[in-house]
Amino acid sequence: MKILVCISHVPDTTSKINFIENNTKLDASGVQYIIGPYDDYALARAVELKELSGASITVLNVGGPETEPTIRKALAIGADDAIRINAFPADSFFVAAQIAEHAKGYDLVLMGRESIDFNGGVVHAMVGEMLGIPSVSPVMKLDIDGTTVKMTKEIEGGKEQVEAALPLVAGCQEPIAEWKIPNMRGIMSARTKPLNVVEPKNVEVTVANKNFELPPAKGAVKMISADNVTELVTRLKTEAKVL
Amino acid sequence: MNTLVFVETSEGKVRKASLEAVAYAHAMGGTTTAVALGKADLSELQAIGKYGASKVIHGSDPRLDNQVIQAYSSVLAKVMQDENADVLILANSSLGTPVAAKVAIKTNASFVSNVTELPNTSSGFMVKRSIYTGKAFAHVEMKNAKKIITIKKNAAELKEVGSNAQVINYTATLNDADFNTKTISSEKATGDILLPEAEIVVSGGRGMKGPEHWGILEALAKALHAATGCSKPVSDMGWRPHHEHVGQTGVKVAPQLYIAVGISGAIQHLAGVNSSKCIVVINKDADAPFFKAADYGIIGDAFEVVPKLTEAILASK
Ligand SMILES: Cc1cc2nc3c(=O)[nH]c(=O)nc-3n(C[C@H](O)[C@H](O)[C@H](O)COP(=O)(O)OP(=O)(O)OC[C@H]3O[C@@H](n4cnc5c(N)ncnc54)[C@H](O)[C@@H]3O)c2cc1C
Ligand SMILES: Nc1ncnc2c1ncn2[C@@H]1O[C@H](COP(=O)(O)O)[C@@H](O)[C@H]1O
Repeated sequence: MKILVCISHVPDTTSKINFIENNTKLDASGVQYIIGPYDDYALARAVELKELSGASITVLNVGGPETEPTIRKALAIGADDAIRINAFPADSFFVAAQIAEHAKGYDLVLMGRESIDFNGGVVHAMVGEMLGIPSVSPVMKLDIDGTTVKMTKEIEGGKEQVEAALPLVAGCQEPIAEWKIPNMRGIMSARTKPLNVVEPKNVEVTVANKNFELPPAKGAVKMISADNVTELVTRLKTEAKVL
Repeated sequence: MNTLVFVETSEGKVRKASLEAVAYAHAMGGTTTAVALGKADLSELQAIGKYGASKVIHGSDPRLDNQVIQAYSSVLAKVMQDENADVLILANSSLGTPVAAKVAIKTNASFVSNVTELPNTSSGFMVKRSIYTGKAFAHVEMKNAKKIITIKKNAAELKEVGSNAQVINYTATLNDADFNTKTISSEKATGDILLPEAEIVVSGGRGMKGPEHWGILEALAKALHAATGCSKPVSDMGWRPHHEHVGQTGVKVAPQLYIAVGISGAIQHLAGVNSSKCIVVINKDADAPFFKAADYGIIGDAFEVVPKLTEAILASK
């Protein structure tokens, strides 16, 4: 089985978000970049499937040269080779179109449920549509039984058992697998695993991020004594007007 | 401008998030048409008119009773064409977002998810969307002639503006390829207020010590007509179901009031609550980071403060 895992290269959750150049660009200074946490679940499940029944794992990222350390980390975790599509991931449609171009021939395309920079939650659905194959997200459990994929999918207030045939695209989330931490051997071998850089196909972007803004600063917290909870109720009613 | 709104139903009832989508479309101006698929109560569909839809198209084919994303997207793309719609609005959800993504490919539309405000059409078509899990916003220009938007909670004010709408039955053309996933079974919490839609959320963390102590949070939630949530370790340990966990890897909520009890306020938890209008934190540790993100704070033991708070709320009614 051939598995393709699509990873995003995103600021760590704890990063401070700031913008520069007239609020048109993220201030990358001091930002630590990671494999998207949901993408990490996708990769972990791919590694488990490989251990269970054998598979080859290719990781793919649409991004500039700065994403290569992130891609190498995925190789250290257990991917066999990598593709970097050398383009700025301008919008979900653009990214999906680039992925779809390279995803043909894979049995299973695993992604995260959403990227944590733009939180679109859409690339998997778009890739599925472009390839004419099923896409399911967010998937909490994924098992392969012959050519059938058995999944548990989260829905608002509950979950569903869903089945579909391979080939398939899945957007993963916990607890689909345990995150894998690269070991020394993985890190060493990742240096020599193939990382192929390919040029993007020509796709017109459909949306453009013009500028960014931060939410208004929060006022100071008002502390209320534990002996005076009625004051909290009064304030929620008359001051905050939320009751 | 012709705007189409996809309306989600659950157990025959229209979801509140979808009524907000109707209100959003109405506030944009132009003609608003709603589309509902699968089993739905007629009175519920008619009532969509009150929020600004001039008509409601109902694809009642029983094959649409299961929420099959592929089939829904095929029908919506077709209706968009039939109705000559320029814009499609959906609620951001595990159904709405992937459906929107597929319709966007089928109709060559620009698509933006997580939109938080009405569009600005003074030059081009600009929307504001939430990014970095609520830590920032982007102003995005939608370039294509057709546009698809999924909205976050509170993107539009839910108010009655009209009367019941006419419901038109629609016969969808469906083929086998539209059913490329099969729903085997589904489990859903019934009767509860859905966490993503709740106006008030009472959430508990590891400070609650164990699942057997959730009763006091449930009593508080009941008094407030609130949904219950939790932190990730709480769902990881199986104290509460996974779909109740709030944060970066869980549900992102945007209620009027979020009450956090025994939750430290890790950044990954805050990522799921930072769109709340008002945050109350109850924690016995004065240095808990959550206090910095709160509007009101009480330093104290949850097991003493929560029952007193429930009592005070009931007394104030
Ligand atoms: C990639 C990643 C993603 C994550 N995603 C999420 C997520 O989506 N959601 C999430 O919640 N977490 C998430 N986490 C975990 C997060 O970092 C924290 O570990 C978690 O939120 C802590 O949960 P907690 O506040 O319940 O527990 P703790 O940090 O243990 O805090 C318990 C709190 O309870 C207080 N307390 C104890 N006893 C009492 C009492 N009797 N009365 C009142 N207060 C009391 C303590 O003072 C303490 O502040 C994620 C972590 C990572 C690395
Ligand atoms: N630039 C990218 N390169 C490769 N995969 C990506 C990229 N952006 C997003 N993805 C994948 O698509 C998933 C959903 O992303 P999104 O729709 O942006 O929330 C992510 O979890 C990744 O698996």
